Amino acid sequence: MAGDNEFKAQAKQVYRMLVVVWCIVLLGAVFAAYVLVDPSLSAFKDKSETELSVVRDEVTEDDWDKVENGIHLRTGFVEGEGLLTVVNNCTSCHSAKLVTQNRMSKERWVATIRWMQETQNLWDLGENEEVIVNYLAKNYAPTTVGRRENLQTTAWYDLQVNAN
Amino acid sequence: MKRRNFVKKATLTTMAGIIGADIVFGANMPLNYNPMALQDADPFQLFGLDKEMVVLNDKPWNIEAKAHLLDEKITSNKNMFIRNNGLIPENIDVDNWVLTIDGESVSESKTYSLKDLKSKFKQYTYQLTVECGGNGRSEFNPPAKGNQWTIGAVSCANWTGVRLQDVLNDIGIKSDAVYIGYHAADTHISRDPNKEPISRGVPIAKAMQEETLLAFKMNGEDIPVSHGYPLRLVCGGWPASTSGKWVNRISIRNIVHDGTKMMGTAYRVPCNAVAPGDVVKDEDMCIIESMPVKSLLTYPKSGAMIKDGNTLNIRGHAWAGELAVEKMEYSIDFGATWKVCTLDKPVNRLAWQHFSASVSFPKKGYYEIWAKATDANGVGQPMLVPGWNPKGYLNNACHRIAVKVN
Repeated sequence: MAGDNEFKAQAKQVYRMLVVVWCIVLLGAVFAAYVLVDPSLSAFKDKSETELSVVRDEVTEDDWDKVENGIHLRTGFVEGEGLLTVVNNCTSCHSAKLVTQNRMSKERWVATIRWMQETQNLWDLGENEEVIVNYLAKNYAPTTVGRRENLQTTAWYDLQVNAN
Repeated sequence: MKRRNFVKKATLTTMAGIIGADIVFGANMPLNYNPMALQDADPFQLFGLDKEMVVLNDKPWNIEAKAHLLDEKITSNKNMFIRNNGLIPENIDVDNWVLTIDGESVSESKTYSLKDLKSKFKQYTYQLTVECGGNGRSEFNPPAKGNQWTIGAVSCANWTGVRLQDVLNDIGIKSDAVYIGYHAADTHISRDPNKEPISRGVPIAKAMQEETLLAFKMNGEDIPVSHGYPLRLVCGGWPASTSGKWVNRISIRNIVHDGTKMMGTAYRVPCNAVAPGDVVKDEDMCIIESMPVKSLLTYPKSGAMIKDGNTLNIRGHAWAGELAVEKMEYSIDFGATWKVCTLDKPVNRLAWQHFSASVSFPKKGYYEIWAKATDANGVGQPMLVPGWNPKGYLNNACHRIAVKVN
């Protein structure tokens, strides 16, 4: 009987060990799966601090060519097909502001590029020329303003003057 | 300047890594180009400007005033428009600054140090109106290419220096001289050392006027770097581009000066008027000389609301290129009737003139006050944008401000 009991006890011990091992493996698997989803274990850290650091990371990574409300923040160009080609070719020598304050037809944008190539050292734009010209003609096209526009008064203010 | 150079060099290497791959035909791009993102200086601090000044362009720097900022009788640096065709010179060496006078129409070229100029010739101070030829460009239809100046590319400061005529007489110019052309220390925006950003000039007659100065002081102090330190040619009443900044050479030419921005459509208008949008051949374009008659309401700022029954005192300045302004008027009914303003005489020839008036309004409502100057030849400002020209110069349409009477 004693041998029988000893075997039973050993079997029980083995069974316990197996359970413990499986539990460890299972816990490990759950942890590994969690780490896959949240590698920085942010859910266990102080919440406000975590949010701050996450936001900061996003800004530094995306800042360079970030577009917000349809505007390329770094240059002020409007979002559109060919935006980055325009940014890379048209802001090396002069400010993007020299482009964005102007309004021209396709022909006149082409003529302006030719003038820059003839007199201002602008390089051959190759296949990019069409991309650039299409972007400019679409997004910076002339609007008809007539002989004199209405005054745009956005900031009315009270002015104290002497009564008659 | 030095610090900026260091930052620039350090950042350029990083920049190449970030955007180099995206620049098509990057191999054609000179190595010393200064990509825009690196020019991050604050212009208001850099140039000492009023915070309401408007930056039109940050490379090259082009900044204009608003009408109410020009209320001073003598324009101070903080309210003075900045117009650059190229990059402002760095590391200006005043002690070794030399002005060379050369050209076909001098028998021998001669050089003057700043000390020579200051000690050898009598100094004069004049208050001179300097207006960009493209001031008002933003109103042309179809739109004209370039910096879209509204109304603020004009100033009238005190300039102190020597008369160009005294220097030219000292050298003795030949009788075949027709034009002078300046050369300066600024850099082309492509940084190509073989290109001049701008090299313009004036006919000999303008160069020999008493008020045409080689100036080294503005409003009693060294000229700010952004306005041409240490030496600026000032030709009052003519397009500001004839008032060359950072001048280090003046050529006396026996032909009309053919420097950069003298040719083609630059600072030229059609010799004969054209319809809006017409294509004009280069040979049909004529050089702008004296600027046209114009005025600006500098007080109050547009948008004033006053109480019914009150009188509004308005004021501003008027100028007319080579001429004096003879009459100044205002209208509160879109030109149906005009009333005369009080108009001061100019402090000296080519200085702007101050005007003022007390305006009363018949009843409540929205009004526009329009200002109109008339020059000594009886020529007044148009209420509409005048003759269209390819580059949008010489818009001298009446200035106006909005007023509400409540």
